[in-house]
Amino acid sequence: MIMKQISVFVENKRGRLAEITEVLAKNNIDIRALSIADTKDFGILRLIVNNPDKAVEILKADGFTVSITKVIGIGIDDKPGGLAKAMAVLYSEAISVEYMYAFISRSEKTAYVILRVENNENAIKVLQSNGFKIMQSQDI
Amino acid sequence: MKYWDKDIETAPRAELEALQSYRLSVTVRRVYENVPFYKELFDKHGIKPEDIRTVKDISKLPFTVKQDLRDTYPYGLFATDMDNVVRIHASSGTTGKQTVVGYTENDINIWAEITARALTAAGAEAKDFVHVSYGYGLFTGGMGIHYGTERIKATAIPASVGNTKRQIQIMQDFGSSILCCTPSYALFMAETINEMGIDKNTLKLKAGVFGAEPWTENMRKEIEAKLGIKAYDIYGLSEIMGPGVAFECCEQNGMHINEDHFIPEIIDPDTLEVLPDGQAGELVFTCITKEALPLIRYLTKDIAVLTHEKCACGRTLVKMTKPRGRSDDMLIIRGVNVFPSQIESVLLDIKNITPHYQIIVDRVNNLDTLKILVEMPTDMDFDAVRLVEEKEQEIKHAIESILGIAATIKLVEPKTIVRSEGKAKRVIDNRNQY
Repeated sequence: MIMKQISVFVENKRGRLAEITEVLAKNNIDIRALSIADTKDFGILRLIVNNPDKAVEILKADGFTVSITKVIGIGIDDKPGGLAKAMAVLYSEAISVEYMYAFISRSEKTAYVILRVENNENAIKVLQSNGFKIMQSQDI
Repeated sequence: MKYWDKDIETAPRAELEALQSYRLSVTVRRVYENVPFYKELFDKHGIKPEDIRTVKDISKLPFTVKQDLRDTYPYGLFATDMDNVVRIHASSGTTGKQTVVGYTENDINIWAEITARALTAAGAEAKDFVHVSYGYGLFTGGMGIHYGTERIKATAIPASVGNTKRQIQIMQDFGSSILCCTPSYALFMAETINEMGIDKNTLKLKAGVFGAEPWTENMRKEIEAKLGIKAYDIYGLSEIMGPGVAFECCEQNGMHINEDHFIPEIIDPDTLEVLPDGQAGELVFTCITKEALPLIRYLTKDIAVLTHEKCACGRTLVKMTKPRGRSDDMLIIRGVNVFPSQIESVLLDIKNITPHYQIIVDRVNNLDTLKILVEMPTDMDFDAVRLVEEKEQEIKHAIESILGIAATIKLVEPKTIVRSEGKAKRVIDNRNQY
């Protein structure tokens, strides 16, 4: 299952993150996972939310540059070596990861990893055949 | 030697005007007969060559603007057969089409004469080594000064621009005594000399002739103190000739215009009425000796003041103040003419950005910097830093290939560049040049 991640361009100015989280909160958007890629001048806030289409709409209306990217989420064992195993699988199939971020799930013993790769279908197939659980949107 | 051509430089006004009148009438006939553009323009205004007999008649003539050069690109305003044209130069950076100018052998000869006057007024003599750090190439700066240097039989060092440490090494080894470059580059050199741990007093430099960009009296003082030299201003524009249209004398309070070759006027840029001495307005030049490209009442867009008051240096040639600004929005960045519209047209050609932008010009370590903020649209598709940086690089390359100068590009959030009623505030120039 491919998930929709939203990316928001944020200039490094005081209060921008507060504004984004405020507008999401007001519209009842639940943030399930996030990461920030930052540079000297700007950052890119990546979010997995309960209602990505609505989130994009409201953020655009608020004047933010925001786009949707298709990513995949996998569940891994929450123990040392869990992530290494997933990476080894992707590496063996020559699938490179553009970026990723992880978070601990609500259910025990599982950590979730969001992956941005070039070919989602291919990555899903490889991971599934190696026993990794591909997450559905409602899982997180 | 105080003057290069004493007879002309100190000529009585009546004599000078008689010469101007004769040359003007010849030039007007010449362009009427040889340039279809001018024939049409004069006919449209009901002007016949015989109507122009003295310099006083000049105000009857119509104006020429930069766009006329673009509309007749490349050689449409040339008044001579291309066989007689021995040199081409071009103005720096324009949208699509550059402004092409040409010179006959005689034009080059006159150009060498007027830059020889400028160098002589700055104290250059045959025994001097003239270090030319203006750019050589289509830009008129380098070769213009170069020929003047050789005319006075001084030794030209065609260093051109860039590689500052090597330039300073050359200065030390070759004994450069007169420096010619943009005033901001002179300051940059002074700083580099200091950083290299070189005592400025061990250099042979004694004077500099600086132009191609506006500069203030404070900058003059700074250059003179930091390099231990006398700093002289020089004015010119490729459409009229190049450097040497006007030059500063030992009085250092304005530039004498080489009136035997160019007739200056000051007009009100709005009404186009001729203004008297002492009033600020747009400088207008008419070429009266040029063969290849004699422009009639060319609007320079430079704002200045003329004065015919007697100069203590003995010259009778009219003086112009340093340009006090522009009547258009042109910027001069590192000696290159830049119009915001050029930047705008580059941006309009790039996908996935908005045409909302702001140009910020600054001077850091005496070098001009150009920064352009560009708004991204709300639906720009990206999710990685790399994609934003690639877009910035794409814009940077496009700007550089049009303007020939590097710019820092910064993408900013939508609707963050201030919108104002009417004319947008596109340019923030922090340099205080005027």
